[in-house]
Amino acid sequence: MAKVRGTIIVDVEKCKGCDLCVVACPTNVIRLAPDVNGKGYHYAYMENPEACTGCVNCAMVCPDSVITVYRLKPSKTEAATA
Amino acid sequence: MEDTITTQDIIKNGELVFEKTSCLTDNVLSYCPGCGHGVAHRITMEVIDEMGIQSETIGIAPVGCSVLAYDFMNIDMQGAAHGRAPAVATGIKRVYPEKYVFTYQGDGDLAAIGTAETIHACNRGENIVIIFINNGIYGMTGGQMAPTTLEGMQTSTSPFGRDVERMGHPLKMTELVATLPGTCFVTRQAVHTPSAVRKAKKAIRKAFENQKENKGLSFIEIVSNCNSGWKMTPVKSNQWMEEHMFPFYPLGDIKDV
Amino acid sequence: MKELRLMKGNEAIAEAAIRCGVDAYYGYPITPQSEVMEYLMSEEPHKRTGMVVLQAESEVASINMVYGAASGGKLAMTSSSSPGISLMSEGISYIAGAELPCLVVNVQRGGPGLGTIQPGQADYFQSTKGGGHGDYRLIVLAPASVQEMADFVELSFELAFKYRNPAMILSDGAIGQMMEKVYLPAQKERLSNEEVEKRHGSWASIGKKPNRERNIITSLALQSEVQEKHNFKLQAKYKQIEETEVRYEELNCEDAEYLLVAYGTSARICQKVVQLGREKGIKIGLLRPITLWPFPSQIINKLANQVKGILSVEMSAGQMIEDVKLAVEGKVKVMHYGRFGGMIPAPDEVLNALEEKLIKNN
Ligand SMILES: Cc1ncc(C[n+]2csc(CCOP(=O)(O)OP(=O)(O)O)c2C)c(N)n1
Ligand code: SF4
Ligand code: SF4
Ligand code: SF4
Repeated sequence: MAKVRGTIIVDVEKCKGCDLCVVACPTNVIRLAPDVNGKGYHYAYMENPEACTGCVNCAMVCPDSVITVYRLKPSKTEAATA
Repeated sequence: MEDTITTQDIIKNGELVFEKTSCLTDNVLSYCPGCGHGVAHRITMEVIDEMGIQSETIGIAPVGCSVLAYDFMNIDMQGAAHGRAPAVATGIKRVYPEKYVFTYQGDGDLAAIGTAETIHACNRGENIVIIFINNGIYGMTGGQMAPTTLEGMQTSTSPFGRDVERMGHPLKMTELVATLPGTCFVTRQAVHTPSAVRKAKKAIRKAFENQKENKGLSFIEIVSNCNSGWKMTPVKSNQWMEEHMFPFYPLGDIKDV
Repeated sequence: MKELRLMKGNEAIAEAAIRCGVDAYYGYPITPQSEVMEYLMSEEPHKRTGMVVLQAESEVASINMVYGAASGGKLAMTSSSSPGISLMSEGISYIAGAELPCLVVNVQRGGPGLGTIQPGQADYFQSTKGGGHGDYRLIVLAPASVQEMADFVELSFELAFKYRNPAMILSDGAIGQMMEKVYLPAQKERLSNEEVEKRHGSWASIGKKPNRERNIITSLALQSEVQEKHNFKLQAKYKQIEETEVRYEELNCEDAEYLLVAYGTSARICQKVVQLGREKGIKIGLLRPITLWPFPSQIINKLANQVKGILSVEMSAGQMIEDVKLAVEGKVKVMHYGRFGGMIPAPDEVLNALEEKLIKNN
C-alpha cells in the first residue's frame, strides 16, 4: 500500500545537536550522530529514512531552522516506484 | 517496495514542504542549542514573509540574549537600550503609522527595567506588536533572578530558591497588561512542541493582522526555556517548563477584542 | 516671510519647531520648560503640519521615543530641564553611539538633585563632556535671547543631520521664561516619507527595500576591535566638527584689556558689565561662546595674548572656566565668578569681582 513519504535535509554544519527534533519526530526517524560537526556538535541525521512522512514536526521545533523537509504524496509515490 | 524510493526521488518528485524563510538571514544564531529564542525568531519572520510585509516592517531588538536579533531577522531593525523597546517602537510607529512595528523582548527587559515603558505603551494602545519571551531568568548576564522567576526557583542571585518573602513574587505581566484598555489581543503561548509552535505562529499572525487594522497593541508572551540558565538539557528543560512554568503561566488567550 | 511676535523663550522653541517642519516631539513636564509641550499641545501641530506631539511617561521614555523616530530619518526632538536630562543620559549616549540626529533642549535649573526651579548653568559639564557613558559629544548651542531660542532649532537639526549626531540647545530658566520680540521663520513643509527615503535611505531603518541591505540602528559592537574602530570614526567626526562648527560672538574685544567669557543668561548680564566697566574707564570685552561644544578655544587663545586677565562668568561653581583655562594655555590669569542654586549675578557684582580678582591683585 502506498503511503506518504518524506525526507529531511539537515544543514549539518549549523545543527547544534539539541535533540529537540529527535523528540519531536513521531516516527523515530532522527538520531544524533556519534560523529560531530565542525563546531563539535553531534548533528541530527535520518537513522530510519523510510519512516519519514514529511510531517515537518522536526522543522517546527528546530530552533536553528536547519531542517528542510520534502514530501511525496501516495499517488506520486506509486509513480516514482513504477 | 517503498524502500526502493530514495531520498533523491522524494526531493525530485515530491514537494518542498518546509524550508527556512528568507526573512531570516543565513547567520548562525547566537543562542544556546535548544533555546526557544530561535523558534520564536523563526515564526515571527515566517509571518512577515507570509504577509509580504518585509519591506514595511521595523523590528526593535532588546538587550538580553536576543540583543543580536537584528543579525538574524532579515529586516530593518533598531537596537533599543535595556527595557526601552516599547518607547523606541512608539517613537517610530508614531512617525510611520502605516508601517509594521514590533518589539522582541525578554522578561528582564520587558518586566523589570522596562516595566514603565511596557505598561504605558500598552495603555496608550500603541498600534504595535510586543513579543515577550518569558524564560523566568536573565539569560544573557548568566542566569540571575528575573521578575518572572518562579517561587522557589534557583538562580545565581536566588541560589537557595526564590524566597518570595524577601525577593517578591513572580510577576504576571501578561495578565497585567490584559487589564489595560489599549491592548486588543493578549495571549500566552509556547514553542516547545510542533503544535505549540503552530499555535504561537497563528497568534503572531493575528497580532500583525491587528496592527494592519489599527486595532491597538497586541501582546504575545511566549513561555520559553533557558536551558543554560536552568542548567538542564534542552529536552529536560522543555519538560520542566511544562511541569513548573505552565501551571503558574497557563497558556492560552487572555484577551481578544 | 518672517513674522514678528512677542513670546516666551520656551514658546519660541515650540513655534520654531512647528515651522521648521519637525516631525515629532516627545517630552515630559518639568519646570522651567513645561511651556514647550504646553504650547505645542495647544497649537495642535498634527493639524498644522502633521507633527506628532506626545507626552511620554518619563524622560527615559521620551528620549527613547526620540531614538525611535530619529532611527527612521525623521526630525525628532525633546526638551527638559536638568533632572530630566540626567534621566535621558543613557538614551543620549545610545543616540550618539548609534549616530542618530536629534535635538535635545535643556532649559537648565539650579541643582544638584531636585535643586531649584530657578535658572542655573551648572549642567555645562554634563552637556559638553558627556553626561552619559562612553566617549561621545553633543553639539551644544547656547542661546542668549528668545530670538536665538527660535533660530537654534533649525540650526540644531541642520548640524545634527549634517553629522548624524545629537544636538543640544543648552538654555536656562531665565531665557526659557523671559518674553522678547522674536522673528519667526516662515512655515516649512515636513519632508514626505519618499523624501526621507531619498535623503536618508542609506541608513534610516524604515523597512528593508529589496534593492538594499538591511539598515540596522545600533550602538552595540561585541567585538572590541569593531567597537574601537567605531570609536575612531566618531572621534574623526568630532574633530571635523571642532574644525568647522565653532560659533561665538565678540563684544568690544578689539581694544579690551580684560575679557569676560560668558554664555546664555550670564552673557546678557556681562553685556551690561562691559558697559559699566567702560564707563569707569576699564576696557572690558566679552566673548560669548555660542557653541559650547565645539568650544571657541582658538579665539580665546588669541585674545589671551592681548588682555591682562579673563573672568569666566557662569551660574555655576565654575565649570566652563576649565575650558577657558585650557584655551588660554596659562598665558594670563583666568578667574571665575558665579552665583548658583538659582541665583543670577547682578552686573555690578560681576564688575566688582573682575576688579577684585583681576585688577587689584595684579
Ligand atoms: C541599563 C542596563 N542594566 C543592565 C544591563 C545588563 N543586562 C543585559 S541583559 C540583562 C537581562 C536580560 O534578561 P532578559 O530580558 O530576561 O533576556 P534573556 O537574556 O533571558 O533573553 C541585563 C540585566 C544592561 N545592558 N543595561
Ligand atoms: S532541532 Fe535542529 S539544531 Fe537541534 S538537533 Fe535537530 S536539527 Fe539540530
Ligand atoms: S518530517 Fe516528520 S517524520 Fe520526517 S523526520 Fe521530521 S518529524 Fe520525523
Ligand atoms: S542563555 Fe538561555 S535564553 Fe540565552 S541563549 Fe542560552 S538558553 Fe537561550
